Amino acid sequence: MNKIFLPVLLTLILSACGTTTGTQATVEDRTGDKAATATGAETAGTGAGGVSGAAVDGKQGGYTGDPRKNPASPLSKRDIFFDFDSFVVKPEYRPVLEAHAGYLMAKRDSRVILQGNADERGSREYNLALGQKRAEAVRKALAVLGVNDSQMEAVSFGEEKPRNEGDTEEAYAQNRRTDVVYGDE
Amino acid sequence: MLRAVLLFPLFCLSLLGAAFSAHAAMEIQVIGGAANKIAVAVVPFQMAAGQPEPMLTQIVGDDLNRSGQIRLVDARGLQQPVEPAQVNYSTWRAQGAEAMVIGQVIALPGGRFDVRFRLLDVIKQTQLAGFGYNISASQWRATAHQIADIVYEKLTGTPGAFSSRIAYVQKQGKRFELRVADADGQNPRTVVRSNESVISPMFSPDGTRLAYVSFEDRKPVVYVQSLQDGSRHKTAAFKGSNSAPAWTPDGRRLAVVLTRDETSQIYMINVDGSGVSRLTRSGGIDTEPVFSPDGKTVYFTSDRGGSPQIYRVAASGGEPTRVTFSGSYNVSPAISPDGRLLAYIGRDEGRFRVMLHELASGQTRVLTDTARDESPSFAPNGQSILYATVQGGRGVLGTVSLDGKTRSRLSEPGVDAREPAWGP
Repeated sequence: MNKIFLPVLLTLILSACGTTTGTQATVEDRTGDKAATATGAETAGTGAGGVSGAAVDGKQGGYTGDPRKNPASPLSKRDIFFDFDSFVVKPEYRPVLEAHAGYLMAKRDSRVILQGNADERGSREYNLALGQKRAEAVRKALAVLGVNDSQMEAVSFGEEKPRNEGDTEEAYAQNRRTDVVYGDE
Repeated sequence: MLRAVLLFPLFCLSLLGAAFSAHAAMEIQVIGGAANKIAVAVVPFQMAAGQPEPMLTQIVGDDLNRSGQIRLVDARGLQQPVEPAQVNYSTWRAQGAEAMVIGQVIALPGGRFDVRFRLLDVIKQTQLAGFGYNISASQWRATAHQIADIVYEKLTGTPGAFSSRIAYVQKQGKRFELRVADADGQNPRTVVRSNESVISPMFSPDGTRLAYVSFEDRKPVVYVQSLQDGSRHKTAAFKGSNSAPAWTPDGRRLAVVLTRDETSQIYMINVDGSGVSRLTRSGGIDTEPVFSPDGKTVYFTSDRGGSPQIYRVAASGGEPTRVTFSGSYNVSPAISPDGRLLAYIGRDEGRFRVMLHELASGQTRVLTDTARDESPSFAPNGQSILYATVQGGRGVLGTVSLDGKTRSRLSEPGVDAREPAWGP
């Protein structure tokens, strides 16, 4: 796939999905498929850029180690956080996903596990299913960017791997995420 | 009542050759009870030299007390008859007892014991039951639970569940242990130890195996493990997540939740992992399957209507129908052994509590007054429900009677307990 089109495609995906805002409900219990409330304004006109070749090569900023570990590269960003009750990848993660897609397409033998997570309220099995939806959202975004399905696996940790074990809204927000984990790491 | 009870491991189960030792057991706290309890005097049995602790009658009394349907009459300082002919019934009637348990332990050669007990009707002055056991010291607790089962059934007409077992997961720091214990939380054996979470244990219908979900492979995988020799195999380890195992009543197959076709959907699978077939088809989440006792119906949680609710579908497939309607979050279905009742977790005003729903009438009532309840499962005799909740910021297990009047807590200091399942 021509890399020039990637940002455009991603922008389309993101704007088609939009984000949902939190409600007064105290638990994630919705499907979150609220495509009709797309917030196109947030993502419009962000087509410039493209996948950074430097990030793939690991030469950015003179960094010579594993490009995925370069703090200056978006490849080092492995967390995709989600809004409350939402399973939509937010536009701000476009550079991160583009960088990972570029890396995976340049290295077709590399594999990535997308681990979805949910906050701790409610049933563990139901939260496992919610985390799976967050992993799937990232998997789909990467697939549209050209990553082979055989390179990706979307799985869920539900509420079993909280980033923050606190009992606050802030803690819950840190646990609503998908972790990007490479198979060789 | 808050009491620490001593622990006697019957046998240590092992996993992959590693023998795990038993640890401290849970403490039990009983709250409330039925309005019209049967008053029973459990007279301390005549003891034998070298008998294990605690007294058999201590374990029997705790079991009966926890049922909520029996009130223990104080037997201290009164006569200690062993045979019916020695019983002074007027003494026990004056004490308010309607029934009494008497017996003795006799030491036998080879470290064995002869245990004899009788259940007497104090009003009619007749014997209701009498049994003898020739046991080893390791069968001490099991014998006490059997005596409690017999007493309970004779007095209430319902089989007891004191000899049954429970499974649960405990978390201590970063360590997870899947444990099997007696129904009173005592005699715990660790059957899986892991640095990653374990969830959703479920006993096979014959109690010889556990299905569960382990995250040790960096993703959820369904395992089935023998409780006899600790051997195990992966039943569902497909691409994506594998979870929520539920046994068919004949123990031959499992319903599981797979994501291999994108979203979380319910599939049927043989215990050895072969013969996969898809049961539900929705664009959203279908999870937490459980079978009706006759195996014909699968109850499950689905968000197909916009919020998670309990649905049912024929085990042979077809169009699901919705079961719960009130509230916007109803999950984790469990079906009573007689198939008449559905227990689930419902959210109301931000509180997650155990709900009981009569399937025929649709009548629903709240059974608990806690706020973070999860994972309900019925006792084998259908008289109470085991669940997980949070108390003082820590995970504990609880039981509640069907009328909600009797509750007990099982907890161990410094340990987080969750994901309980009641087995045979």
